[in-house]
Amino acid sequence: MTKISIIVFSGTVDKLMPVGVLASAAAALGYDVEIFATFWGLMAFRKDMAEKNTKISKEFEEMGEMMFKIMKEKNVPSWLNLLRQAKEMGNVKIYACAQTFDMFGMKKEDLVDIVDEVVGAGEYLEKAKEADISLFI
Amino acid sequence: MSDVKPTRVIDARGSFCPGPLMELIKAIKEAKVGDIISVYSTDSGSKRDIPLWVEKAGHELIGVFDREGYTEFVVRKKR
Repeated sequence: MTKISIIVFSGTVDKLMPVGVLASAAAALGYDVEIFATFWGLMAFRKDMAEKNTKISKEFEEMGEMMFKIMKEKNVPSWLNLLRQAKEMGNVKIYACAQTFDMFGMKKEDLVDIVDEVVGAGEYLEKAKEADISLFI
Repeated sequence: MSDVKPTRVIDARGSFCPGPLMELIKAIKEAKVGDIISVYSTDSGSKRDIPLWVEKAGHELIGVFDREGYTEFVVRKKR
């Protein structure tokens, strides 16, 4: 069984998109997918952020407006919906980083329902060490 | 090609990578062995992704056809 691990550190939509695309492609191919959301990456999974996030990487800031416009026009599925699809399709687990979770005083109910559990760095590394593909986004 | 009649046609035009591939995989899961699935796609990733997956998953790629403004992939479920 092929396994992919994605550590999601970034919380900007332009970086969350490849997380969604790669996770859904991997799930469709039958890979096990493990996602560890940490720092700004975990912020993006907050209920009050997930849907209305319009942040974009600083270096491409001037292109943000155009990107969102195109995505809307062409009906590109959001990163959140791509992850939902991925979870429906295959074995996809999304973990919240315990350190970020505690540091920002988050509660499990603050996060969107696709987040499975809160895990520590040690536990995640143990899961990720068997992955065939490891990404940090 | 004209003599191959698809069991099911999936119109995934307008869907972005990896949408058409995902729809095909879903349809193959639901299909019976021997069924023929035809997928319409406008996504440029599909041209490589779909044939690769079909081969790896052990199905048969009957053909890839350039239509007007989209590509049609015809696949037979083998197992």
